[in-house]
Amino acid sequence: MAARCQLFSLIMAATPFGGGGQVETCALMSPHIMTDPTSHTAPQYAAQPPEKPVWTLEGEPNVPCLTLRGTWTVQSGGMAPFPPDGLGQTQGTLTFETQGITGWDSAFVSFLWDVKQAASHAGVQFDPQGLPPTAQRLLALLPDAPAPSKAANHKKPPLLERVGGNTLAILNETGTVSELALETAKGACKALTGKSGMRLKDLASDIWNAGPSALLIVGIVNFLVGAILAFVGLVELRRFAAEIYVANLVGIACAREISAIMTAIVMAGRTGGAYAARISTMLGNEEIDALQVFGIPVSSYILLPSILSLGLMMPLLYIYGTLIAIFGGFVVSVSMMDISPMGYLNTTFDGIALREFVFGFVKSFFFASFIALAACRVGLQAGRSAADVGIAATRAVVIGIVGIIAMDAIFAVMATALGI
Amino acid sequence: MNPSETIISVRDLRLSFGPKIIQQNVSFDLKRGSIFAVMGGSGCGKSTLLKSMIGLLRPTAGQILVGQEDYWAQNDKRRTDINHRFGVLFQSAALWSSMTVGENVALPLEMFTTLPPHVIRRLVELKLGFVGMEQAIDLMPSEISGGMRKRAGLARAIALDPDILFFDEPSAGLDPITSARLDNLILTLRDGLGATIVIVSHELPSLFAIADDGIFLDAVTHKPIAHGAPRDLRDHCTIPEVMAFMNRQADISPTDETKG
Repeated sequence: MAARCQLFSLIMAATPFGGGGQVETCALMSPHIMTDPTSHTAPQYAAQPPEKPVWTLEGEPNVPCLTLRGTWTVQSGGMAPFPPDGLGQTQGTLTFETQGITGWDSAFVSFLWDVKQAASHAGVQFDPQGLPPTAQRLLALLPDAPAPSKAANHKKPPLLERVGGNTLAILNETGTVSELALETAKGACKALTGKSGMRLKDLASDIWNAGPSALLIVGIVNFLVGAILAFVGLVELRRFAAEIYVANLVGIACAREISAIMTAIVMAGRTGGAYAARISTMLGNEEIDALQVFGIPVSSYILLPSILSLGLMMPLLYIYGTLIAIFGGFVVSVSMMDISPMGYLNTTFDGIALREFVFGFVKSFFFASFIALAACRVGLQAGRSAADVGIAATRAVVIGIVGIIAMDAIFAVMATALGI
Repeated sequence: MNPSETIISVRDLRLSFGPKIIQQNVSFDLKRGSIFAVMGGSGCGKSTLLKSMIGLLRPTAGQILVGQEDYWAQNDKRRTDINHRFGVLFQSAALWSSMTVGENVALPLEMFTTLPPHVIRRLVELKLGFVGMEQAIDLMPSEISGGMRKRAGLARAIALDPDILFFDEPSAGLDPITSARLDNLILTLRDGLGATIVIVSHELPSLFAIADDGIFLDAVTHKPIAHGAPRDLRDHCTIPEVMAFMNRQADISPTDETKG
């Protein structure tokens, strides 16, 4: 600790970031907010344009003094960083001289925090006495050295680990879904004997949502699909003078495949998404936790009415959808070709065997159970925040639609193999 | 910068949902630099009054004067501008769950200032530093505890250096130590930022410690029945409802008419 007495002076002009003092003034950042509320003087900067904030490190090395001048406000570009090594070889106690300051706000405190950290790093005592009292109080809240940021660990594991992890997750998921399905089926059996925990009120409201209130949208979609099929069929079959077979085309396609799929897709978007969103919101509100604590099984209280209502309603919606689709084809055909309405209808119902309807009806039931089960499962495993509710709803719809189409392919293969 | 200057003046406010009156004849002045407590039992309309002051619920009668302006007579754009002078800490902190804590604090700065990103980052660090949360800047709200969420909400409320801070039940759900720390923090921020604070709360220790003015709303008569600092009301008020509230008495003899 040799007394080095050379006077050193380090002058730095803080570099303003924007257009100096010409930054547009926002009401929200009005700098006077940060000035001392106890001072009765009017804010000085109002009269004069903001000065460039300047800091100077003066004094002897063991009695350093940081002199600050100018306007240190965010909007006037006073947000100056203090270099971490700005104190150089300084020792002793750092004091402040702030007579030349014409206005300050968060920018000033931010700068002082930098100084405080640099002082702590350089082992210099920090004496805030020379600062405005309010700035001292704010500064006291801030730590000497910022703790390292606890960023969440998002490192990607190696490939093999990921493959293994995903495989386990898929197996686990299959098990969980099967268990849920089994429990719900058990609940359904119990419900037949009137002993399940399901409330009939819930079932009734779910049935209403999954059935009657979906009639309009299912009707519109199926009508348009039937009409489109008829259009396409007419254009092609007219070349063979076989327009009348449009009736068979629309009837069989809709009864066997299209109405079942379209209805299921509409319901996956409409009801499946709603189930997932509702359950994940309940999860966020700790409602599911409350059920569990009471020992009310989630499967019978929430899943059963959801799955049962959709499973009951969707086959009926499918029948309704098929009839509407046939009607859509009928409207287009009758208006575009000269065939009697009765003739069209006769051809239609002669052409479709009852087993087509049975096939579609059974498929619809499986689609419905799948949509409802998948949606409930997705909802139950969702996170607890608002963003998670959105993710759950999206996933439920995507899984529902992809699953329906995959299941339909399996049904088609099975039907061919069995000769249905 | 006169400390006794009135910053918000509420005149004969009536709040109602349809025909149901929540509160009426509410009048008070908010002095610059004060900490104003809105007190009353559960369901008396404390939060509703707060909502009408921050622009979420239009009162059915009366005026709220912010400075010289009639707040609810302004158009939406002007009211939003006035709202930039307000910082609000919601009851459950209301952090946006899809953003990190730092992004939560940064969003108002990004939306309403033309500051470059590194300055915003620095300001976010500073505001989180004030509430002792600078290490949590990159965490998601779901990864931090309830008390930390409250503090992060406070950092977001002071992001734009507001004139007036509104706190809805700041210490609800916090342990006594965290709650006392939050009280100190509120006092320090009031002094440091020069802000005026409105607190809705029924946390008595906290109210006695920090509030220097207030209003007591009654759920039965739907009117404010007492004005003054919670400390003074505790020591000097003779209205039975207020006394019972301040002294945590379970049952009071019901009174048909209320003095005050």
